[in-house]
Order: sequence, then C-alpha cells, then structure tokens
Amino acid sequence: MAKLDLNRVSMPRQDPKLRAKNFNEVALGYSAEQAKAEASRCIQCPKRPCVGGCPVDIDIPGFITAIRDDNMPEAVRILKDKNSLPGICGRVCPQETQCEVTCTLDKKGAPIAIGRLERYVADWERAHAESVNPSVIHPKPTGAKVAVVGSGPAGLTAAADLAKLGHNVTLFEALHVAGGVLMYGIPEFRLPKEIVQAEVDYVISLGVGLKLDTVVGKTVSVDELLNNGFQAVFLGPGAGAPMFLNIPGENLNGIYSANEFLTRVNLMKAYRFPEYDTPVKVGRKVGVVGGGNVAMDAARCALRLGAEEVYIIYRRSEVEMPARREEVENAKEEGIQFRLLTNPKQFIGNDQNWVTGMECYEMELGEPDDSGRRRPIAIPGSEYIIEVDTAVAALGTRPNPIIPQSTEGLETSKWGTVIVDEVSGQTRKAKVWAGGDIVTGAATVISAMGAGKRAAADIDEYLRG
Amino acid sequence: MYEILLRDDLVPQIHLFKLNAPNVARKAQAGQFVIIRIDEQGERIPLTIADWNRDEGSVSVVFMEVGTTTHRLALLKAGDSIANFIGPLGLPTHIEEFGTVACVAGGFAVATIFPIARTMRKAGNRVISIMGARTKNLIFWEEELGNTSDQLIVTTDDGSYGRKGLVTEPLKELLEAGSIDRVIAIGPSIMMKFAAKTTEPFGVKTIVSLNPIMVDGTGMCGCCRVSVDGQTRFTCVDGPDFDGHEVDWDLLLARQKIYLDEEKSSFEEWQHKCGRCSK
Repeated sequence: MAKLDLNRVSMPRQDPKLRAKNFNEVALGYSAEQAKAEASRCIQCPKRPCVGGCPVDIDIPGFITAIRDDNMPEAVRILKDKNSLPGICGRVCPQETQCEVTCTLDKKGAPIAIGRLERYVADWERAHAESVNPSVIHPKPTGAKVAVVGSGPAGLTAAADLAKLGHNVTLFEALHVAGGVLMYGIPEFRLPKEIVQAEVDYVISLGVGLKLDTVVGKTVSVDELLNNGFQAVFLGPGAGAPMFLNIPGENLNGIYSANEFLTRVNLMKAYRFPEYDTPVKVGRKVGVVGGGNVAMDAARCALRLGAEEVYIIYRRSEVEMPARREEVENAKEEGIQFRLLTNPKQFIGNDQNWVTGMECYEMELGEPDDSGRRRPIAIPGSEYIIEVDTAVAALGTRPNPIIPQSTEGLETSKWGTVIVDEVSGQTRKAKVWAGGDIVTGAATVISAMGAGKRAAADIDEYLRG
Repeated sequence: MYEILLRDDLVPQIHLFKLNAPNVARKAQAGQFVIIRIDEQGERIPLTIADWNRDEGSVSVVFMEVGTTTHRLALLKAGDSIANFIGPLGLPTHIEEFGTVACVAGGFAVATIFPIARTMRKAGNRVISIMGARTKNLIFWEEELGNTSDQLIVTTDDGSYGRKGLVTEPLKELLEAGSIDRVIAIGPSIMMKFAAKTTEPFGVKTIVSLNPIMVDGTGMCGCCRVSVDGQTRFTCVDGPDFDGHEVDWDLLLARQKIYLDEEKSSFEEWQHKCGRCSK
C-alpha cells in the first residue's frame, strides 16, 4: 500500500485585499490537476465512514474514485444520484463537521477535502454540459400530484427526489425567484446566483412545475391545495422571520435585520444600485451583532459596499462562534474586526432617528448553559460605546407564522416550529409533511436537504400505499 | 408576467391599473395589499388593493407618481405586463357591524378606503365617508365612494371644491355630534396621525392602514417594523391595519425617510437616462 499522503491540496482564493472590494466568488475551485491530486489521497478505506457523515448518503468514495480515474461523467452520475444540488453543497456545506470529520485521514489531521471535490465535480458538469450525455431519467409516471411549498434547500431536494420517483410535482415559491435562502441570504461571493439558478433549472428539468409569486397561506392555503388534487403536501418554507435583540433603540434608522440587509444586497442586487432600483444604506462604521455564518456574510457584504470599519460584535468568545471556521478566517483576512465578549445594551440615535452608536457590555463566560456553551454574563459597569452608523442584527431566525397560522391541524411547538415525526417528516395533519428550518429552527442547508430527502421517501411510500 | 388589462388616469399623476392576476383576485379582501415588481431591475413595492373581480380574475391598484418605480410604472399602458404581482398580503380590515363607521381618506387613499367602505356597508353599518384632496383637480372616485356611503363629505385644502379645510375638521364635528362608533382613516402618514389625534379624546377606536417601506412583504425582512402600543410589529404580516391611538407616528415618519437620498439619486439617474421619455 502506498504511503499516506497528508498534503491536503488547498484551494486557490481571491486575494483578500482585492476581494474585499468585489462581489466575485472568493474561493476559486480546484483545477483538474489539483482535484486529481486530492482525489488520489483517498485511501478508499473499507468502512467508508464519510458516507455515514453525509446527511444525504452520497457515495463519497465512489465519486472520488471516478475523479481519480478521469471518469468525470461517472463522478457526476454518482454525486447527482443522491444530491440534486452539488454545486451549492460543495460551497456551503460544513463538511468539516460532517463527512470530513469522519474521514479516516482526519485522525492524521488531513481529511480528504470532500467539499472541494464535490464542488469540482459540479462545476465540471456545468462547464461540460454539452459533452456530458445527461442521464435523462424517465421514471414511470405514478399520476400522483404532490405540492412542495418553498423552493429552498429542503423543497428543491424533496421536489427533485419525488420527480425522480415519477410523481407530478409542483413547487410553490413566495418570492419572485426560486432558491429561497440560497438566493436571498447567502451572498454572491460565497455562492454565485448563477450556480443556484443552474441547480434550480436542473430540478425543473426533472419535470417539476414551478409557481413563483405564490405565498402559501395567503395566495392559496394548504387545505386548498389538498382539496384541489394534490395528494400530499411537503412544507419547506424555512425559518424566514428575523429575530431582533429587543433592546432600546432597535428601530432607529440604519439598523437592519440580517435578512433585510442580505435580501436587499443579494436578491434585489442593491450592490448594483442605481442600475437596480433597490437601495441599501451602508455607512462608514458598521456593527454586525452575531457570530454565525449569516453575521459573517453581512459583515463581508458591508465591507464590499464601502464601509471603512466593520465589526463583528459577539457576546461569547471565538471558540463558541457558530460560524464555519473557514468563513471566520475569510472575514479576518478581509479586515473585519472582531469585538468578542461584547454585547449591545442599547442603540443610541440622533434627533433624526439615525443610529450613531451601540452601547455595549463587556462579557465574561460562566458555567455552560442549555446549548452546552459557556453562558455569557455582562460585567457590571463595563458599558462603553462603539460608534456605528449602520448596524445589522444577525441573531438567527424563527419560523414564519403565515403557514402554521393558516393551516388548521398543523401543530407547532412553543417556538413556532412545526412538529413532525423525526424520521418520516410527517406532521400531525394528514397528508402533510414538513422539513428544514420550519421544523428545526435555523440550521444548515444540508440538514434541510436531508429532511427533504427523508420526507420525499416517506411521501413516495404513502402514495404507493 | 401580469398583464395590464386597463389603465385609467384618474387625475394627473394618479393612475389605476387593472391587472390580470386570478390567484390574487380569488382571495383578495378589503384592506389587503400586493407587492409588485416591474422587471428584473425593479424594486419590490407594496400597493394597496383598490378593487378586484373574481370572475374576471382581475385586481386593481392605484398609485401616484412619486419616485423611480411609480414613474416607471406610469409609462406602462394597457397590454403591457409587469414581472411580479404577489398577494393578497397582510390581514384584511376587521369588518363587523359597529353601527356608524366614518371612512376617512386623504389623497389617493380614496382608492384604498373604497372597498373598505363598501364592505363595511354590506356588513350593515351606516357609512359616512370623508375624502380630502389638496385641490379640486386631484379629486377622483367621488361618485364611487358616494355610492357606497350613506353620506359623503368632500374637502379640499384650498377650498376649490367641497368644503375648505382638512378631513379632520368634519371628522371632529361628527365625533362631537356623538354619532360615530368606529373610524377608518387612510392616507399619508401625517394625515393618519392627525386623524388619530382628532378621535383620541372621544375614545372612538380608529383603525389606520400603515405604509412603511417594505421589501418582501411576507414577514421575512422586518423593514416595515413599526411600534404599536410599545411593541415592535411587522406591518406586512401583523398589519397593515393598526389602532391609530397606539401607533408611534414619529418613528413611522422617520423610518419612511431612510432612503430619501437614494430615492432622489435613483430618480435623477432615471430621468437622465430616459431623457424625460415619459411624456
């Protein structure tokens, strides 16, 4: 057996100074040589722990072998067999806590860069669309009609899987484009919209009908769908409602929820204002409150929109930050300043109702709380003011209440999440399944995809009786 | 795409579009709104539903030329289409038999109050409508609103038509006569603020329809947050109707000015680009 190669091939990225001024993708992807070199490091261990770490059961050693053997069409086939959105997952999945952490080589400190290879395969397919003989799937139509509500990661996955099984699927989306958080939330420089669109187009090419501009719960109710020929409904509307800090001054001008800030920038393309009509206001000093990926995204957008100083204001220390390590590093390289163990007490404004500062406490960490992380405690008398003229609250999201409120029989928890059977995704309402953030609260793209996949399998079983 | 079936220039700069939107028409109720977007470059803006026809599958909206989007909209004619038309959004106006309801409209909100007055009357209320405009040639739908009301009072700021003065004056007289059980006041924020101030001493519940800046209109972004009775509420999902006595008007007025600079620069850029292509 060949000697273990522990030289993980790094992926080229745009120079930090350059990229802090543009919205082009930061990570540039592997070349063919780099991909092959990385794929060749895989020892093809018999236990295949990486597959168990993947929420959608991708045959990871299989597609890695195909890359190594220069059989790219086969790599595409294996990957897409389980994952309809590989270009997205290859970019935004936290592989370091899923497949890569289980990799046998992780023990040696050099797990296979599965995410980078996944991205390489997806990008190769898009670049070679003509030369790849697409494995057109013509499943036998079952005649069953299924409504999928929400075209984010959960809905796209459920729709693709159900269509591949021969069901007649219609995807309902409230916004004017499909993709959900992949379109409105994650910025262009981390997930180019062209890639999201290409993967949405792939799902549509499987025969899925798409109805945009349709707010289920308003334009049409879940019961109306069930009474009008749909035999099953999958709910994947996400956790779309922003949380605020609930501190004084939060409604001052210049204070955004991360959802609003990112929606203006990503979905409405405010970074191209006035070519695009939607504006966004970014001042000289921007404070982003929160420590997750969304906070990093908002901070890095603010920097690209011309802010001179951008702060991440987070109440715990860096170890507890929920953001991906990689995104924290990217943000630091670009010049985002981290104000850790810091928590806002109130916002301060001028007589025109514009925010001018954030009064913050210094924090210290006490005993672990329910989340297992050490609880942050404000140090009395430590208050000081950070001057900001724009602030973004990136504190997480809650389920949007429109569907639960308008659907009789759908039971929700005290947090507003829809209660389901964990394995099947069945809700307490007959013929209705749910998955993704509407069930779990804000989580990851891939966990939503996993939920969409499991629910699709259960819906299929139900429809076949 | 959503086709414009009919364009009606109600007065200079205020237009009605009737659009083909069967899914919205099917569910529309008085007091709800839609979000529209003209095209790929367009912004999403809310417009209140002025009327609908479920059989025809049409929904009517009325808008005034104010900024880039509304000026761009005003260039379209019947047969043209807009990219997006989403709704019906927000909660419908709460309708029940209150007794006598005063429906007060300022400016082009006469189009918004019209379906509410009609529904209120259908529910068995005596409806007294008050409509106010700056001057005579900005008045429209006098007959339509008159036909759905038991009594109609028209005011103009300059006295060029109807009664001279603001809508709050006849409103106050009606309240003093003690005959009003509920007030619905819709118009520019400043008008709604003063309508609410007028009714407050009389303790008559006054519903207003707020018009903050919005983006998605479905509760996702929080841009439209307002303070009502000390609580932060989202106009798009918790409203647009709120108790006018509980609204923090100064906050609403301030938040409506967030993008004044950008609105100005965007409009100037657009005017420059199209070289007054409009007229």
